[in-house]
Amino acid sequence: MRECRIEVVPGGPALVRGADVVADPDGAAHPVTRPVVAVCLCGLSQRQPWCDATHKVAEGS
Amino acid sequence: MLLPSPRGTLGAALVSALRGDGPVPATGAHDDEDDLQLSLWVLYELHYRGFDDVPGTWEWDPELLRLRAALEAGFEAAIRERCAGLVTEAEEQAGEQDDVVTALRLIAEADVPALSSYLHRTATAEQYREFLMARSVYHLKESDPHSWAVPRLTGAPKAALAELQYDELGGGRPDRVHQQLFADALTEAGLDPAYGSYVDLTPAPVLAVNNAMSLFGLHRRLVGACVGHLAAFEMTSSLPCRRYAQGAERLELGPAVVRYFDEHVEADAVHEHLAARDICARLVDQQPALRADVLLGAAACVLLEADAARATLDAWEQGLSALRAPEQERVA
Ligand code: FES
Ligand SMILES: [Fe+2]
Ligand SMILES: [Fe+2]
Repeated sequence: MRECRIEVVPGGPALVRGADVVADPDGAAHPVTRPVVAVCLCGLSQRQPWCDATHKVAEGS
Repeated sequence: MLLPSPRGTLGAALVSALRGDGPVPATGAHDDEDDLQLSLWVLYELHYRGFDDVPGTWEWDPELLRLRAALEAGFEAAIRERCAGLVTEAEEQAGEQDDVVTALRLIAEADVPALSSYLHRTATAEQYREFLMARSVYHLKESDPHSWAVPRLTGAPKAALAELQYDELGGGRPDRVHQQLFADALTEAGLDPAYGSYVDLTPAPVLAVNNAMSLFGLHRRLVGACVGHLAAFEMTSSLPCRRYAQGAERLELGPAVVRYFDEHVEADAVHEHLAARDICARLVDQQPALRADVLLGAAACVLLEADAARATLDAWEQGLSALRAPEQERVA
């Protein structure tokens, strides 16, 4: 069985390795197409479920 | 790609030598920054894809390597001098928090001139195309200079660099290699996607950005700077790429241009953490002495890019082209 590893970046996204699909907050499934994906934890990303670095703007303001 | 046009006496002698028409220049004496950066760029390119008019054996020619070393000594010293202030400032601000990620973040957040806001809201389509042309020198070999670090790393940072590069190089799909995405963007913007086609038009500060990556990548002793450069590059990419993408949409440059930058909004939101935490911080754990070079590489990325951005914005604000005039127009 494949192992899924999740590493939370303080103040940032969760780095996820080994997942096939990630659901966004509305429940829609997004296939994983890269070796590591960053899943938004701040809720501000405009491309859920992926982090688009908006958390940096939020933290900086 | 054929050899580019030389920009001074050193470049002229070098290009002649590579064509088999004369000796390799004995010293690194050069006319100006253009002559220096173009000559260095030619010497470095021999280690990437080379020139169709230069035999492959020149790559390891001892006299060329001696010339390159002479040029690199001055270039590296200039980079160190340019970066010392920013590195010290970041180290002081990071203070008690001894982790390299904090210091990298402070360097990446330095307040420096950037092109992204201008391209987002103000640039004309012609200026945007100039930006793509100048950037093509790097993006058509995007991430290649950092691949030189792979054999110099072991363990955790090596595994993380491989993860990052696998994504840069398309994750096994040739059509998704970032270099190819950029070539597609050039084509769609009505530009030439051939590797190296805009080198002659590329100003010295942009060549310096490229040469710094090659300097850090080709020297094992500078592996810290190589990965530090990568980290700063990735950490300063995601948000600007969103503005580049929106600028391309505003100017209706086509879906492939938007797609290239759009891909980097998402990809680099991952890569920045891989580079800072999993590559740089793990490398410094293994070899604490490399910390200073990691920060040097990061500062070089930020400051050389800022120098190129400032020159570009200055030209645009005066209503001029940010590119060099083609050779015919210069002599005329
Ligand atoms: S965690 Fe990065 S945008 Fe939400
Ligand atoms: Fe990329
Ligand atoms: Fe990247």
